[in-house]
Amino acid sequence: MDAPLEQMSGTGWQHELYDLLRRHDITQFAYVPDAGHSILIDRSLADAGVHSIPLTTEEEGVALIAGADLGGARAVLLMQSSGVGNCINMLSLIKGARFPFLALVSMRGDFGEGNPWQFPMGQATQPVLEAMGVICLRIERPQDVIPTASAALTMVFKSGQAVAVLLSQQLIGAKPF
Amino acid sequence: MPPASVTSKLAAAAAPGFVLERSAAVPALVGRHQDFLFIAGLGGTACDVGAVTGDGAHVYSLGGAMGAACMMGLGLALARPDKRVLVVTGDGELLMNLGALAAIAVIDPPNLAILCVDNGHYGETGWQKSHTSLGTDLEKIAIGAGIKRTRTVAADADIAEGARLLREGNGTAFVLLRVKPTEPAEFKRNFDASLCRDRFRAALQAR
Repeated sequence: MDAPLEQMSGTGWQHELYDLLRRHDITQFAYVPDAGHSILIDRSLADAGVHSIPLTTEEEGVALIAGADLGGARAVLLMQSSGVGNCINMLSLIKGARFPFLALVSMRGDFGEGNPWQFPMGQATQPVLEAMGVICLRIERPQDVIPTASAALTMVFKSGQAVAVLLSQQLIGAKPF
Repeated sequence: MPPASVTSKLAAAAAPGFVLERSAAVPALVGRHQDFLFIAGLGGTACDVGAVTGDGAHVYSLGGAMGAACMMGLGLALARPDKRVLVVTGDGELLMNLGALAAIAVIDPPNLAILCVDNGHYGETGWQKSHTSLGTDLEKIAIGAGIKRTRTVAADADIAEGARLLREGNGTAFVLLRVKPTEPAEFKRNFDASLCRDRFRAALQAR
């Protein structure tokens, strides 16, 4: 953690992912604090070229993305799978108006989860996103992060789709408690 | 207009602080509408803004997704720091997403203003009282959330100050407009969310 950002940049998939998002002109990073996204959050906070927006609940980020698009900017929503449940009705805005929508979702309540409270929403995450018209791309291996995120960026910003990239617990590690 | 029985109940329910007519107060606060990009909440405020602007391409009005207006305004204000963004939303919609005031306060974009048209009721659903006619003060909540420039406009004498605040560029502004629980301006608005998005973006790019 003491290494300078330049040195760390590109060393882990999290840093490569941040660089990829920036190369695709994402300038608004909306987030609810989460350990799985901590590097993306910290990079956005340290980046003078972007707005890093802490949310009080995830649905705020859905509306923010729509507003950014109206102004011609690109935004991403960083959240945990439990936060997906807070977004459902707000996704009406995305589907109804065909706003491009990109979310990165760190999964809980699946592979190796040790907290039983996480399972109801963790297991429902993909079905409820799909029910609201959001395409889910799931990543389980580090070498798949950049190709999958690149595919998602194309689907969202070239084809105008709504896409959630699900970062599985195989990828980010399960919490044993 | 609501039926007479409802109207009389409304008159009885209306608190003393809710005396302004929204059809006059909203245009007076907005002034020259071409100076703003608008996000309008669902229900009455979409009609208020539609009547003021004539359904202009510089307006995006919600027809659902209740609670979205303020955060859409934040995303738009950050995307276009060269434009003034005015969110016009109702007490019911704001109450549904109070956390947005905190999210906005910490960013504090100078080109964003929020006008909450507070009639103390849920007009769309049968004029049930909202929390603001039962003791909740949304200006105090905005202050508590960290928004530094706030006003309550409850009388004609407050309008000039409220209008000034909406146009000042020193930080995000919040104006609570207390109005009678009466119908908003009649306006047949466009409910095609996708068409309105395309129209808004095209007009903004052309400017």
